[in-house]
Amino acid sequence: MDETNIQYNIMEKFRAFFSENKAVLLAGDSPYVEQLKTQAFNHFSAHGFPHTRLEKWRNTDLSNMLKHDFNFPLKQTTFDVDLDEVFRCEVPDFNTRLIPQMNGWFMGTGEQLPNGVIICSLNEAISKYPDIIEKHFGRYADIKDANLTALNTAFFRDGVFIYVPDNVSIEQPMQMVDLVNSGKNIFIQVRNLIVMGKNSSLSLVQCDDSIDNNIGFNNTVTEVYLDENANLDHYKLQNKNNASALTNSAYFHLEKGANLSTNAISLNGGLIRNETQVRLNGQGSHADILGLYLMDHEQHVDNQVFVDHAVAHCTSNELFKGILDDHASGVFNGHILVRPDAQQTNAYQNNKNILISDKAVIDTKPFLEIYADDVKCSHGATVGQLDEDARFYLQSRGISRDNAQMLLMYAFAADIVNKISLTPLRNRIDDLVKKRLRGELSSCEQCVLHCNSKEQKISFEIDMSRI
Amino acid sequence: MLSIKNLRASIEGKEILKGVNLEVRAGEVHAIMGPNGTGKSTLASVIAGRDIFEVEEGEVIFKGKNLIGMPVDERANEGIFLGFQYPVEIPGVSMTNFMRTAINEQRKYRGLDSMPAQEFLNRMEEKKRLLEIHSKLANRSVNEGFSGGEKKKNEIFQMAILDPELAILDETDSGLDIDALKIVAHGVNTLRRPDNAIIVITHYQRLLEYIVPDFVHVLFDGRIVRSGGKELAFELEDKGYEWIKEAQV
Repeated sequence: MDETNIQYNIMEKFRAFFSENKAVLLAGDSPYVEQLKTQAFNHFSAHGFPHTRLEKWRNTDLSNMLKHDFNFPLKQTTFDVDLDEVFRCEVPDFNTRLIPQMNGWFMGTGEQLPNGVIICSLNEAISKYPDIIEKHFGRYADIKDANLTALNTAFFRDGVFIYVPDNVSIEQPMQMVDLVNSGKNIFIQVRNLIVMGKNSSLSLVQCDDSIDNNIGFNNTVTEVYLDENANLDHYKLQNKNNASALTNSAYFHLEKGANLSTNAISLNGGLIRNETQVRLNGQGSHADILGLYLMDHEQHVDNQVFVDHAVAHCTSNELFKGILDDHASGVFNGHILVRPDAQQTNAYQNNKNILISDKAVIDTKPFLEIYADDVKCSHGATVGQLDEDARFYLQSRGISRDNAQMLLMYAFAADIVNKISLTPLRNRIDDLVKKRLRGELSSCEQCVLHCNSKEQKISFEIDMSRI
Repeated sequence: MLSIKNLRASIEGKEILKGVNLEVRAGEVHAIMGPNGTGKSTLASVIAGRDIFEVEEGEVIFKGKNLIGMPVDERANEGIFLGFQYPVEIPGVSMTNFMRTAINEQRKYRGLDSMPAQEFLNRMEEKKRLLEIHSKLANRSVNEGFSGGEKKKNEIFQMAILDPELAILDETDSGLDIDALKIVAHGVNTLRRPDNAIIVITHYQRLLEYIVPDFVHVLFDGRIVRSGGKELAFELEDKGYEWIKEAQV
């Protein structure tokens, strides 16, 4: 089957599915959301899935995933798993408020939190908070040129809604854990909306994990709004099985003085595509956009970052680092747009890669598009092997070639890991990176943060612990 | 301890060492002097095992074993230490992890268990005092953001931690002010013992006022052209390298 046939087959399935289940898909939605869904369906129906003839998809081919026979779950189902067990996070001292999601559905109890903070299912929010929904939902995730976002908007069934009112600082980090588990091959559309009021602050960890070895296609869209001076510390942790695809689109909208740090850490996954869009819409807003990917075997990771400097006096800092081994492939596409009014912009973009094997591939494309004249922008991309001078230096002290390589790879990754400000999370990611580099971490382990080895001591030939 | 016979080495087809002979016995300090570009650093790199140099001929015997073809780390584990002229910055690898990994690999090579953490930390503290290093090394990446002087001190600090049988110090004095030079020399002198040896490579006689050598060799155009006692260094200081060059012509 060639790409066109695959497209045709799956598109027919989606069209039939939409018309057969229209009543269920649109049930409970406000006229505003219903209209968005219909528009999105029409867009998706006309344009189909992204294909490799599109510039932004040139190096990421979905057709292998799309030829599978998928189920599209319409209802929330609980499977034969102990929810307390699968959602238990094993990170020591990582005291978070857990927001469980199964195949996209919100599994928590929509409890009332102090200070007017809301965490609930998106469906509930659509009916209960129409004003907030109408003001924010679908306002940042533009479906134009984003067919997967259109697909998500047309077919999403549920997701998480978080609302932090003005002047509320939430001390305890929130942790969204989205597990894919169905007993069969599924294709799910997860939709999240996070709205942060003026001067509010939040740490949010989004974990995407597989807990079975079925083929799963998870197409998630998350919209995040940061009002004036809001502060968000955001992490995406991805550890999926090799048969899975995860397309994760996050849209951040920052008002005056807002501050965002988002860090995507991809440890395993058959196909991962992270689309991160940041709009700096108010003066003095700042975004750090970081990423780390460690891929091997036939894994594929694609990071697409678009930073839109819409107004003056904003800063953005982008750093993505990756290590690719075996036949793994990676894509980095960074695009900074500085609009005509965005004077005094300071934007930095860098992508650094290490290829361990000569079969590993990275396609990196930093891109600046500048229409203002008083700006400071820089970009860079490197692809290389490990530094031979550094390796010689380490070996000259008696450290074996393999361990010298390990130390250098670890050091390369530590640059990103050390920027994780939640200490227990940083320590665990640090451990996971060591395990990953040693080939001791595989995606069949239940979740990215679950080591399956809490009883057994991690044995490193070299001890890289902090002392 | 070290015996170099008719060593010829080249880089990218260009011959740098053109037949070097050198004997170093335990307890001795040798100084190798000479103008820039005559092969001093190449000699140090070839002994340490840098693979960008091609050994064309000759042998380097250390404690009865031929080093040619031996991996870099194995040479270090046998007891060779190279103090780098240009120490490499390695962001992300802390000094503590670096030294702990190195010391434990060397112990493993010798059939010893890993050094207990407390003993290791004590040794770090002791050697930091010796080299008058005041910063907390646990949080500092190897040589990253170190000044020129700090980097050189750090080389001798590593030598003190690893306690090699043969240390080759490649222009350790370059870029040091007089105070740092005294600290470095004091460190090296403290580490001098009857059962180890040191080769000091330097362009200037100044360092040899503080680390007094037993033998001085002049390397010129890839060969050792003169050897003598410490007075040879003073003679060089007086007459300059032109004197050697003229003597060669």
